[in-house]
Amino acid sequence: MSSTAHINALENESIYIFREVAAQFEKPVLLFSGGKDSITLVRLAQKAFWPAKIPFPLMHIDTGHNFPETIEFRDKLVEELGLELIVRNVQDSIDQGKVKEETGRYSSRNHLQTTTLLDAIEEFKFDACIGGARRDEEKARAKERIFSVRDDFGQWDEKNQRPELFDMLNGEIELGQNVRVFPISNWTELDVWSYIEKEQIEIPSIYFAHKRKVFLRDGLIWSHSEYVYQEEDEEVIERMVRFRTVGDMSCTAAVFSEASDISSVVQEIRDSTISERGARIDDKRSEAAMEKRKQQGYF
Amino acid sequence: MEVLKLATAGSVDDGKSTLIGRILYDTKSLTTDKLEAIEKTSKQKGYDYLDFSLATDGLVAEREQGITIDVAHIYFSTAKKSYIIADTPGHVEYTRNMVTGASTSQAAIILIDARKGVIEQTNRHFFINNLLRIKEVVVAINKMDLVDYSEETYNNIKADFEELMSKRDYQDQNITFIPVSALKGDNVVNKSENMSWYSGTTLLNHLENLDKGDIFNAGTPRFPVQYVVRPKTEEFHDFRGFAGKVYGGELNVGDEVIALPSQTKSKIKEIYFYDKKYQTAARRSSVTITLEDEINVSRGDMLVKANDLPKIEKQFTATISWMDAQNLSAGNKYVLQHGVNKVLAKVDKIHHKINPDYSGIEEGVSSLGMNDIAQVTFKLNKPVFYDAFKEHRTNGSFILIDSQSNNTVGAGFIN
Repeated sequence: MSSTAHINALENESIYIFREVAAQFEKPVLLFSGGKDSITLVRLAQKAFWPAKIPFPLMHIDTGHNFPETIEFRDKLVEELGLELIVRNVQDSIDQGKVKEETGRYSSRNHLQTTTLLDAIEEFKFDACIGGARRDEEKARAKERIFSVRDDFGQWDEKNQRPELFDMLNGEIELGQNVRVFPISNWTELDVWSYIEKEQIEIPSIYFAHKRKVFLRDGLIWSHSEYVYQEEDEEVIERMVRFRTVGDMSCTAAVFSEASDISSVVQEIRDSTISERGARIDDKRSEAAMEKRKQQGYF
Repeated sequence: MEVLKLATAGSVDDGKSTLIGRILYDTKSLTTDKLEAIEKTSKQKGYDYLDFSLATDGLVAEREQGITIDVAHIYFSTAKKSYIIADTPGHVEYTRNMVTGASTSQAAIILIDARKGVIEQTNRHFFINNLLRIKEVVVAINKMDLVDYSEETYNNIKADFEELMSKRDYQDQNITFIPVSALKGDNVVNKSENMSWYSGTTLLNHLENLDKGDIFNAGTPRFPVQYVVRPKTEEFHDFRGFAGKVYGGELNVGDEVIALPSQTKSKIKEIYFYDKKYQTAARRSSVTITLEDEINVSRGDMLVKANDLPKIEKQFTATISWMDAQNLSAGNKYVLQHGVNKVLAKVDKIHHKINPDYSGIEEGVSSLGMNDIAQVTFKLNKPVFYDAFKEHRTNGSFILIDSQSNNTVGAGFIN
């Protein structure tokens, strides 16, 4: 359940975290994917610093395989709020020969983002990267600190994390290291949706039910798109669907849904018996898929 | 309703992860895909029951060794409350994780294996929860199914634990005993049919009905300034807002306040939360405050009510919990972070170690190792504005940072 008092408590905690980032670091950046969690982060940052502008830029690591609706939304939001947006492309990392495009049935660029991200952190010398990961999403993320230190190689040493006591956040780092910051660590999926409803925050249209060409594989609903590998015998059908989580087209599965506005989406989440990341194809690779990616520098 | 943060403590094999898994399962908080993953893995391992511990043990090493090695956070909610469980390990070498988990919690569950009763580990779990002044503690006597749901066993364990309680420092801590079987589900979420002699409530029901009251220490408002908001726009040309979180008690427009350390007086002019003005800033709200007078206030400073000053000292004694592999010795220097304020601290004197199992103190120690708890006096390069931990859980605590490694190496609770 998500009552107002409970959402307010989470909001106050997140605002506190944003202010600690601005005060403790020289070059923070908010990693913005265009998904609902990073949109929520932007709203919280606005609240933390009002009437001043958000004192750091947004950065999008663009795989080139995004839903076009997400990109449109991103550009509109940045313009409306007068924010600085940095975009770095996975395609460039591929062209530079730093990463290799995957091929075959489960190919995705999701993995490749890590290299592009780490390069961008070095390029801009960011010392704090704010992300929208939540501890309720996945079991490796359940162990994340709010300020999570990454070494010179962007790696996470999950067995040697700094203890976080009370609400004191230790952002001391050496030159070259950076801290990943997770202001909505303690929010659940339902909390985020309830907040979006309460605050009337605009989100990309793909989160609401719409007609889409899809195909079925392994019990998941895949988007029919030039970016998604599809066997000849995998039949394209048109259905009412929506997305619960938005990553790349190649790693995000849809759910059948008729929920076309925010209150019906909140209701649907409340009644749901499948977890959010159940629709993330990238997590299904192995039981420890997320932990392995995080050690290498992924979010 | 707010969020109830809950710490758990139990020794290896006391069934802590199973208990949490059971709560999640019986409150229908496990989603189908997670449940399927648990069923699949349980079957692979050849179990004839569902291994709920698989719901919480996140890291690869934990799954391999079948133990929990770090603090994990688990979320679930009922119609009444939202819960955040800090799942902390019970091994002796992980005292630091227990202190960490307990530091953000308002209630704690201590697990006891009914076959083993109160053991040295139990003393430690209780000591730490008492040291951290957690208001509500539940002693869950688990694996009752393995002792034939015996009332006598339960009563013996309870009596042993009550003997411990007489030694505790924080006597106002509320303690509730509940006999459970996490594996079979007795008295966790559903009332047991096997223990008709037990007239109390189930674990979840008890948590549901906890009156959170003033778990966060009501009383004295303290406002540590986190960040100074200066928009420098045309519309807000002269705006200087002090952003921070209100601890202890509420602040109101018109309150006479003193800024520390400058000791300059002023009055609260406006209280903002985002773009709206309020008359009152509630406890634990993240607000922005403007003052009537233009006085010099920066990050790390503190606004307090003029008639209610904290202690302002360059030296204090505290109970500390040491968390680093490198020893703490007299003469060592650290960065001391008190809330959002940082000062340099020198270890002046280690008075004595406190055995965290109620077996007394150890005098004449010259250094502290990982997981030691001790009374230590620090000298500071600048004054801090603090209250005793027992009066103010937030303004009476600090962390120590090693300036070489930048790691958080200790936590302290000021006398």
